[in-house]
Amino acid sequence: MNLTRTTAIAVTALGRAKVRSLLTVLGVVIGVAAVIAMVAIGEGAKARVAQQFQAMGTSTLIVTSGASTAGGARGGAGSKPTLTWDDLTAIAALPEVAAAAPQLRAGAQVVTDLANWQTQITATTPAWFTIRSWAVTRGAALTEADVARARRVAVLGQTVVTNLFPDVDPIGQTVRIDRTPYTVIGVLARQGTSGFGQDNDDVVVVPSTTFVRKVGGNARYVNGQVMVMAAGRDQTAETKVAIEELLRTRHQLRADAADDFTVRDLTQVADAMKASTATITSLLAGVALVSLLVGGIGIMNVMLVSVTERTREIGLRLAIGARPRHLRQQFLVEAILLSSAGGVLGIAVGVAAGRTMAARFGFPLLVRADVVVLAVVVAATVGVVFGWYPARRASRLDPIVALRHE
Amino acid sequence: MSMPTMIATATAMTSTTTTTATTAITAEPARPVIALEGVARVYGRGDSAVHALRGVDLAIAPRDFVAVMGTSGSGKSTLMNILGCLDAPTAGRYLLDGVDVAGLSADRKADVRNRTLGFVFQNYGLLPRTSAVDNVALPLLYAGVGRRAIASRAQAALARVGLSARAAHHPSELSGGQQQRVAIARAIVTHPAVILADEPTGNLDTRTSLEIMALFQELSDEGITIVLVTHEPDIARFASRIVVMRDGRIAADRPQAPADAAVALAALPEEPS
Repeated sequence: MNLTRTTAIAVTALGRAKVRSLLTVLGVVIGVAAVIAMVAIGEGAKARVAQQFQAMGTSTLIVTSGASTAGGARGGAGSKPTLTWDDLTAIAALPEVAAAAPQLRAGAQVVTDLANWQTQITATTPAWFTIRSWAVTRGAALTEADVARARRVAVLGQTVVTNLFPDVDPIGQTVRIDRTPYTVIGVLARQGTSGFGQDNDDVVVVPSTTFVRKVGGNARYVNGQVMVMAAGRDQTAETKVAIEELLRTRHQLRADAADDFTVRDLTQVADAMKASTATITSLLAGVALVSLLVGGIGIMNVMLVSVTERTREIGLRLAIGARPRHLRQQFLVEAILLSSAGGVLGIAVGVAAGRTMAARFGFPLLVRADVVVLAVVVAATVGVVFGWYPARRASRLDPIVALRHE
Repeated sequence: MSMPTMIATATAMTSTTTTTATTAITAEPARPVIALEGVARVYGRGDSAVHALRGVDLAIAPRDFVAVMGTSGSGKSTLMNILGCLDAPTAGRYLLDGVDVAGLSADRKADVRNRTLGFVFQNYGLLPRTSAVDNVALPLLYAGVGRRAIASRAQAALARVGLSARAAHHPSELSGGQQQRVAIARAIVTHPAVILADEPTGNLDTRTSLEIMALFQELSDEGITIVLVTHEPDIARFASRIVVMRDGRIAADRPQAPADAAVALAALPEEPS
């Protein structure tokens, strides 16, 4: 008596009770589908967080004035200017630093002859485009000459273009910020909404020198952030230490004095966010696994009922020469077939559900192969574990009692 | 040999005389296919112990057609369970085809039930929602027979009981007599030495009962040993030997000239159709 034949017997036996078999399978289908869909959604969310940090720039650090450990009545980071333009030059010269750029911000009304738009002015240098890995789709980015000569030029974000120049090519056009005319030299690539609901494309980029003179700023201090790109992808930690040492020396801080600046490592923030989404993913998967377990218990329940219901059949099989082992195998194979069928159906349902939700929330769909394998293995294990006890009961029935059973 | 002498010898010496008694029929003494020696079966212990069998000696020769009779509680069911290797005696020996069944493992007993014995039950014992041919094929699945051989042997067994035309029918689509024929086909499909039939006509009307008994007589003529439990003398008269059980003992054991079931069937008045 080989496995093929046992399987054939089990399939026939299951076929005799189609509705019951289907209902049993349903529990496992839901369990497996839940695991796959939950993990796919979690992974999708994780990938989206990663994408957003990618948009901010990899290996990016942000240096601001003021202490990070704000205690007592001290202001927060950036409240008291300590970071000078010379500090910025010194940071850019560090070997650990690939590029450094200021990022000064102010809200402003941007006006053309026909329209006006309230937006965010970002004042910076050419390196900023590299650090933010933000390309210019039309026209040109800022040049060193623009900065050196404090030219009145501007690069517009897509949202600003849409609102100020819906029909015309903005390159070469003039916009006025605080009554000062700027010539539009370029348009930034579309970046979309940030993870915090902010429109990244609602921005006008101007040279930092022009900004300091015309909009407002300080000739000595960097009245905003310094964006730094580390020289190597995984060297943000070393770069952070190097910048801290440099600034402490330049600011002549004593060994026991606190930093009067803050260096934030975006990679760390990204990692923390990735870790938190991973935790949520595990949590969802855990809940889903529990439902899979419940599905397994459903299988055991149905198999036990099935053994009782088919007592006469078992007695008959024993009488006509089935060995106890044959019955144990038959019931075990029945349970495994049910759970595996549930597993396969569950994958289909899980992927479909994941796809629907991914489309709805705008996540990428990430069905992890290892999770699919895990769900199926768990489903099959559930079949073996929860099928084993009913199978053993079936094989241990006394044929005389079983035959007399009505 | 005259009937009174037979009964006298059988009662006086019980089954040990079988070999000598059958010398008149067969030229040489055949080894009994079934031999019980002092078989007892006690359920429970102490005061509540039930003695279902109290020392049964019985030898059944090949080709014998034995009817076991007795009231309920006489021990005939226990006897059948022991003969069917479904139950084990608490004392005594059971030799099936010369092999002591007590020494067999559970798996070997299953094989014996599969190959040496064929079972026929009062309520047919067919699997529901399963075609006649698949029901007949069931013992072969456990006998390790190849797929093609299973199909042809199951068809042959169905043909033997005259139900080839109903091979694809489910039990619910068959009459009681047809269902019992399917069960008999299942019992003979492994070519067993012995068929154990427990009240096989208990649920059937007179005509169908006679048809089934005629079939048993044919199988007996073909060389299969048949042990049939019944409490109906009308059915027992078609056997060639009657064993009467009472209080866990054999009260009577006598050969008889069997009535011909086919003749009895022909003598039945036409049924109004």
